[in-house]
Amino acid sequence: MKSFEFIEKESVIDHCTRFLFIVLFLTLMLLLSPCNAGVEYHEFKQPEQEKQYKTLINELRCLVCQNQTIADSNADLAKDLRQQVYEMLLQGKTRKEIVDYMLARYGDFVLYRPPLKGKTMLLWAGPVIFLFSGFLMLFFYIRKRKVNEPSELNQQQHEKISQLLEQDKE
Amino acid sequence: MLKFLTPLFLFIILAVFLGIGLKLNPKEIPSPLIGKPVPEFNLPILHMPEKKLSASSLKGRVWLLNVWASWCVSCRAEHPILNQLAKKNVVTIIGLNYKDEPENAKRWLSMLGNPYNASIVDQEGRTGIDFGVYGVPETFIIDKQGIIRHKHTGPITEDDIEESILPVIFELEKKVIQ
Repeated sequence: MKSFEFIEKESVIDHCTRFLFIVLFLTLMLLLSPCNAGVEYHEFKQPEQEKQYKTLINELRCLVCQNQTIADSNADLAKDLRQQVYEMLLQGKTRKEIVDYMLARYGDFVLYRPPLKGKTMLLWAGPVIFLFSGFLMLFFYIRKRKVNEPSELNQQQHEKISQLLEQDKE
Repeated sequence: MLKFLTPLFLFIILAVFLGIGLKLNPKEIPSPLIGKPVPEFNLPILHMPEKKLSASSLKGRVWLLNVWASWCVSCRAEHPILNQLAKKNVVTIIGLNYKDEPENAKRWLSMLGNPYNASIVDQEGRTGIDFGVYGVPETFIIDKQGIIRHKHTGPITEDDIEESILPVIFELEKKVIQ
């Protein structure tokens, strides 16, 4: 009986330490998270401006870490560009003016949504082309399969079936 | 026959695309500034902070703008090449000291040699943004009319000097202002 109690206690401790370990592990994970992007505090007079700021920094690419927006990245350049966007908004610049400013300096690459032009045609049309050719292949495949389907049963097979059915009745 | 050839063709097309992709350098982004006037700046000179240098004052000569910083490791690799280029005395070399501490920058130059006719100080990186700088070192070549003609991203190697930098400079030097 006593030994039973002892075992139970130990398992309680075991649970506790395991729980602690999980908490510790999760805390460390949070600390190590690479996505704690630099967030500066920006004050806006109008909520619209703040909204515009947020959409803009989520549409501009950070050129240092190319698969992140300047909102996500904590590279030095991303920080500077966020500051630039903020200041231009405060100066009353429109969305288009800010985008043009970035385009003039960094080119189309700075946009996460590339503009539709000759050079980017394949990029935009690509998915549609692939989808269409997929459907085309599927269409031909299905049509071919129908042709290859075995033809109807011949006379002999029909007789065999009725024979078997008759047998079943008896 | 077609049944066997189709996958082969598809494979070849895919291989060609992937092969091209392998050779491309995603870090090299074409600059929209080539063929455009050099962005205007008026920045203090590193060794004479009371004096300022502007882009317009450099009109009439071919010049090279090299973006550098003492904290930049690749700049250290590039530096001897720039020193060699400076010795040739074929082009005005202006340094854009990007987001750096002037004290560190001066120490760096006195240690490794100074290839620059002048270095200008862009501590906040504003002029850097105007030049579309996204990685140091970067090098621009500007012609006599103040138009950007060439951009090199990343450290310049000896081959780059022979193959692109010097030919561009000589070509631009030949052109006389009309």
